[in-house]
Amino acid sequence: MIKTQNLTKHFDGLVAVDDLTFSVEPGEVLGFLGPNGAGKSTTMRMLAGFITPTSGTGSVGGHDVVSDAQAAKAVLGYLPEGAPHYGEMTVGGFLEFVADLRALEGERRRQRLDYVIGRLQLEGVFEQTIETLSKGFKRRVGLAQAIVHDPKVLILDEPTDGLDPLQKHEVRTLISEIAREKTIVISTHILEEVDAVCTRAVIIAHGRLVADDTPAALRARAPSGRLEDVFRAVAA
Amino acid sequence: MKPVGIILRRELASYFSTPLAVVVILFFLVLANVFAFFLGSLYERGQADMSSFFRFLPWLYLLLCPAVSMRLWAEERRSGSIELLLTQPITLWQAVIGKFLAAWLFVGIALALTFPLWISVNYLGNPDNGVIVAAYLGSFFVAGGFLAIGTFTSSLTKNQLVAFLVAALICFVLLLAGYPMTTAWFESWAPQWLVDGIFAMSFLGHFENIVKGVLDLRDVLYFALVSIFFLLASATVLEAVKSR
Repeated sequence: MIKTQNLTKHFDGLVAVDDLTFSVEPGEVLGFLGPNGAGKSTTMRMLAGFITPTSGTGSVGGHDVVSDAQAAKAVLGYLPEGAPHYGEMTVGGFLEFVADLRALEGERRRQRLDYVIGRLQLEGVFEQTIETLSKGFKRRVGLAQAIVHDPKVLILDEPTDGLDPLQKHEVRTLISEIAREKTIVISTHILEEVDAVCTRAVIIAHGRLVADDTPAALRARAPSGRLEDVFRAVAA
Repeated sequence: MKPVGIILRRELASYFSTPLAVVVILFFLVLANVFAFFLGSLYERGQADMSSFFRFLPWLYLLLCPAVSMRLWAEERRSGSIELLLTQPITLWQAVIGKFLAAWLFVGIALALTFPLWISVNYLGNPDNGVIVAAYLGSFFVAGGFLAIGTFTSSLTKNQLVAFLVAALICFVLLLAGYPMTTAWFESWAPQWLVDGIFAMSFLGHFENIVKGVLDLRDVLYFALVSIFFLLASATVLEAVKSR
């Protein structure tokens, strides 16, 4: 469902993502780990069609992210890092806007909007402008936007960053709930999250893939059995 | 083509989500009337036409258009919402066109709201309304050119003020290039073909006919080409921002 082949990105001579090859299948929740600046967001942005790879290829749902970008973006739900938003729009207006762009119509449109508004508990802030919301609510609006069209593939860049423990738990429950028939990639630097929701974890450092395994197998690599120690050993 | 309409609607709504839009339009209307009556001596000329209004319009556009277009892309880049927008199943070009059309429509609304002046002129005398309609249409095309330049400068920066100032500067130069004073100065030393060339490239050169209510295809084409050129430039800049 998600495939990358020698995916590479240079920024003015700096190698952000270096020859990355991996794939994610339906039903998997891939945890994308790595220190800050390792190239997690850059990889996700390339898969989401926001930035263009320097070389190599990526595909989402079998559609190349460069040559068949529209089709790739259509099957993807994406939460950008920091959940950027249109502050002046109301929650309702924004979700309607995304539903329009996602070409949701009729009964299905109403169902999907009702579902995300209910599931992410946005009823109470429906008429509020997004800029007046708390960080947790802004993140929920971002998540609602990402799943409103019931995408086969989800890429979430730090979906729980800056949330309180209760909200973190909520988001993880949501991800586990919709994970069954979807292909999901989440980036995080919270290692406990990997255990909580991921079926597989990839660690990247300096733009390169340094580990790719199940959380259990990764943990077994360290004598201590702690993910943190494995992370420190391979990501250094 | 549908995404263009969706983006247009969102942009237009976001203009009116703050009182700023109303303030900008009011400011424009007040200045337009002040210029027409005092600088343009609408009464004193004793002629039932609107040329004293249209003649000053490009100078008003110099303030209005960059103010309307400055946030189109700069704000998207500053807040990061550009990533949200461009990862929707749309093309960059659709987003550029949709935003530009929203700004154009906004200025169209401001322009349409100068209608009391038209009514006044009709009340006071018997103007040639065909000429006035043509001048309005022409002025609308001119706004497109100004706004495309504003779209371009807005795509260059995350700072709306910079986008405003650079757009106003480019428009100012293009306006001034056709002013009699400038033309006369060029004539004093430059060969005639250069003087003609500069005048042909200037906004004012093409606006003169429009004020007279003459909709020449060449003038319309000029502003259409300026618009297309700067919109293509905007798309190129944004593409480069995406793939640095």
